[in-house]
Amino acid sequence: MKWLGLAVAALLVTTPASSEIIVATGDLGLVVERASGSLLLVDQSERGAIARIGGLGDLSHASLVYSPDQRYAYVFGRDGGLTKVDIVKKEIEKRILQAGNSIGGAISDDGRLVAVSNYEPGGVRIFDATSLELVLDIPTGSKTIGLVDAPGRRFVFTLWDAGETWIADLSGKDPVVSKIKDMGQNPYDALITGDGRLYITGLFGEDGLTALDLWEPDPKPIRVLPEYGRGQQDLPVYKMPHLEGWARAGREFVLPAVGHHEVLWIDGESLAETGRTPTHGQPVFAMARPDGRQVWVNFAHPLNDTIQVLDTVTKEVVHEFKPGPAVLHMEFSPRGNEVWVSVRDAGKVMIYDTHTFEKTGEIDAESPSGIFFTARAHKLGL
Amino acid sequence: MARPFFAAALCLMITAGSATGAELLAPSELLKLVHQDCGSCHGMSLKGGLGPDIRPQILAHFDVETLSAIVLDGIPGTAMPPWRPLISEADAKRIAEYLLKGEIK
Repeated sequence: MKWLGLAVAALLVTTPASSEIIVATGDLGLVVERASGSLLLVDQSERGAIARIGGLGDLSHASLVYSPDQRYAYVFGRDGGLTKVDIVKKEIEKRILQAGNSIGGAISDDGRLVAVSNYEPGGVRIFDATSLELVLDIPTGSKTIGLVDAPGRRFVFTLWDAGETWIADLSGKDPVVSKIKDMGQNPYDALITGDGRLYITGLFGEDGLTALDLWEPDPKPIRVLPEYGRGQQDLPVYKMPHLEGWARAGREFVLPAVGHHEVLWIDGESLAETGRTPTHGQPVFAMARPDGRQVWVNFAHPLNDTIQVLDTVTKEVVHEFKPGPAVLHMEFSPRGNEVWVSVRDAGKVMIYDTHTFEKTGEIDAESPSGIFFTARAHKLGL
Repeated sequence: MARPFFAAALCLMITAGSATGAELLAPSELLKLVHQDCGSCHGMSLKGGLGPDIRPQILAHFDVETLSAIVLDGIPGTAMPPWRPLISEADAKRIAEYLLKGEIK
């Protein structure tokens, strides 16, 4: 987007008193600068940075969601901070400390509620998206992970210690929380599919994953790949993998294994295993390009300087390269032509063409981690 | 199933060779390892995450030997992995001292 051009045009055609600069946000994004507690506002079309917004506290493992109008970002910090950032004004609108230690959040399908999952005190707190006032507190007595939004003004989340998934339904006058036991030992993260039907949680304490069919009136745990590591020696896990809604690749799901250097492929309907691909290291993110034709994988310490690209038809590695030290995150442009990669210890966000694998740009950033494009605003579970 | 970290660590020691005897990490590298990589689970400021709070006041009841043994061999049955395949015993001791005292030797 041509910021300067628009701004100049606006100034030329209007009087100073009523001047109004139109800021379109559909091709913008935010990069988390974890060490300095700041966000870098970036422009996908210009492949550049626009502004830095500081004062967001401890942003290690920070993530964010967008309001439906793609104007506001709700940033979830490790220190329990919930910050509402106005990316049009490029400033913090409101910031609260809602817990001692938090891990992520979600926004409801109607954009009115923002939920945060917390480690300390364990549970989920739900806030009004406009005012950030507390709407509902759901203590779980457990570190709470895998929080996603689900259709029908619901939030779904999972208890690391207790191995339960809870569904909070805020569609009616009074909230209803239903609990599903026996999800497995130490679920570490979860995802919801783009259609809102399947909620899949990955397990650390045992092999496999557990799925819930949210279209069922009374969802029951469905075990997926319960013995995928059988007969193999588990390797140490120096960083937990992440699960998000980008797991769908064509007719299959692609998921990181835990304690094994491979990604797992399962059929999108039957959830039966369809293959495994050995990888460079412990996968952290296995992200399907939006069209599902490729999967990009990065890895845990100490093998985190490398990315492998898998073809989803052959399930083979078709490209491998080393963007630099500590590749923490990747984000595809909405139609998948480019991928942006944060390389923490290089202090850069690198941009690549996903068809030619050529580097098309880079942006300076301070210890960049998560990259979040505003297109996420219109996707369930992101 | 409890994940057999211990066995994995031993296995890696035998196959890859122990890192013992390697040169010490530079203080800046050691700090980066603790805050970024231990920080994956314990938080960049070590206040805790999926893993527990490991700031000095919380760890005060540990001695250096116990703590460096946990760093090297992990805690079987938990998410704490063994770091022996990646760091030397001397560096594990320096990490333990840093965690207890807040400064690097």
